[in-house]
Amino acid sequence: MPFGLLKYGLSSDYPVDVDLPPPKELKPSYDVVIIGGGGHGLAIAYYLAKYHNITNVAVLEKAYLGGGNTARNTAVIRSNYLTSEGVKFYSESVKLFQNLSNEFDFNVMYSERGQLTLAHTDATVRSFRQRAEVNKHFGGRTDMIDRQQIRELVPSLNLDPGHLPVLAGLWHRDGATARHDAVAWGYAKEAAKRGVEIHQLTEVRNLVIEGGRITAVETNRGTIQCGCAVQAVAGHSSVLAKQAGFRLPIISYPLQAMVTQPVKPFLDPLVSSSALHCYVQQTSRGEVVFGGGSDPYPLYNTRSTLEMKESLIASGIEMFPFLAKAKLMRQWGGVTDMTPDYSPIMGESPIENYYLDAGWGTWGFKATPICGKTMAEMVASGGKVPELIQPFRLERFANFQQVNEMGATAASH
Amino acid sequence: MKIMNCPLNGPRNISEFIHGGELKPMPNPTTCSDREWADYVFYSDNTAGVITEWWMHVASSYWFLAERHTVTDEILRTFDPQEIFQERIEFAVEEKRS
Repeated sequence: MPFGLLKYGLSSDYPVDVDLPPPKELKPSYDVVIIGGGGHGLAIAYYLAKYHNITNVAVLEKAYLGGGNTARNTAVIRSNYLTSEGVKFYSESVKLFQNLSNEFDFNVMYSERGQLTLAHTDATVRSFRQRAEVNKHFGGRTDMIDRQQIRELVPSLNLDPGHLPVLAGLWHRDGATARHDAVAWGYAKEAAKRGVEIHQLTEVRNLVIEGGRITAVETNRGTIQCGCAVQAVAGHSSVLAKQAGFRLPIISYPLQAMVTQPVKPFLDPLVSSSALHCYVQQTSRGEVVFGGGSDPYPLYNTRSTLEMKESLIASGIEMFPFLAKAKLMRQWGGVTDMTPDYSPIMGESPIENYYLDAGWGTWGFKATPICGKTMAEMVASGGKVPELIQPFRLERFANFQQVNEMGATAASH
Repeated sequence: MKIMNCPLNGPRNISEFIHGGELKPMPNPTTCSDREWADYVFYSDNTAGVITEWWMHVASSYWFLAERHTVTDEILRTFDPQEIFQERIEFAVEEKRS
């Protein structure tokens, strides 16, 4: 019998890797309080500790780490957006993702598969040309490809789905995927190692604002003073902002997704079609993940509906007809904080020392590293907004300077 | 299929309707500031709870109001806009002739 089996099988004393220290009482005061323990909140905490030596930080999470949209998205990483502001920002994120496993010494299963977006109309082909050129200008690897090239890339794809034949594709070589919950855990582990406190099951009940500044946060476990606070709560951004006394240009819609049982590998790239409102990828375990457009009306609820599943499956089968026999394994939804221009809101809020990491709608996961890094830089500097995220400030709506990413975002993630 | 009760057409499948956004007072576009207009156009209460919102029955192009709970998705009441709007709202901007 192997010695290890005897040794650890008969003893209650065996080596345990502790990634997160056990929970402790809240301290009366922190320099920075981050509300929301998803990928974004944890990334901000990590970069604050790593680059700015700010470790008197608490991350407050009302449930468990990464239990919100961090682990509900379809884990698409890409930077083939339309605007120069968007492309610059998301490209930096892709670069950080590429090195994340090494940085954490923790495998986030980053896998560069490339992303293929399909055009079914002339208008989409034109927008693809523009996106390809903007991407190349900023060093991205994005090209227009024709039907023959698409066929070679994804032989199993149906190029003539019903009334919408595929005309061309936008082939984004930098497109990738990663294990989304591992990204959150990696940030949590490394942040905790540097002294950041992560408090799960800690719900923020009220924000104490005095003279235009946030001074304390009331939670179900007591009140804590704070030097400043950041909200990173995705679908519930408006609810928290209301407690701080202001409104946001955000509407919360559910987004539903689903996954089949594992099948043998047939699909390497991530494939999406905004005309069919469907994007498809095969995970490293062989499951086929389907995501689609948001629900047709706002709701703070993660329930699934038959109508959305029906339309998503119909589109998925148009793209890959042989999947008609595949069995669904799971379905789920997340509440997404949609902005009018499909770009995020980062930076200052009407409260002086209260910062926003919101409006991430259906595009938040791919921005986790760069958002964390730039938001940490801003928090550390006492509110100076880094150049990279200047275009995404809340003020852009009042100034009519929106960053329109609708075409490059809607149902193509 | 979720059912919505249209004040004009009775109970119908919710897929026959489109959502038109929360009911909010419109500032006068000719006199309000840019900031007020941006607030009206882009910002939202996005309330988690009971709200009053616009809906349209697509087949009959009929706009009406609904009270709905945005957490439970329960439709509490639907009613004709005449309950709130007694007179027509004019959107046309008076042109200045030089």
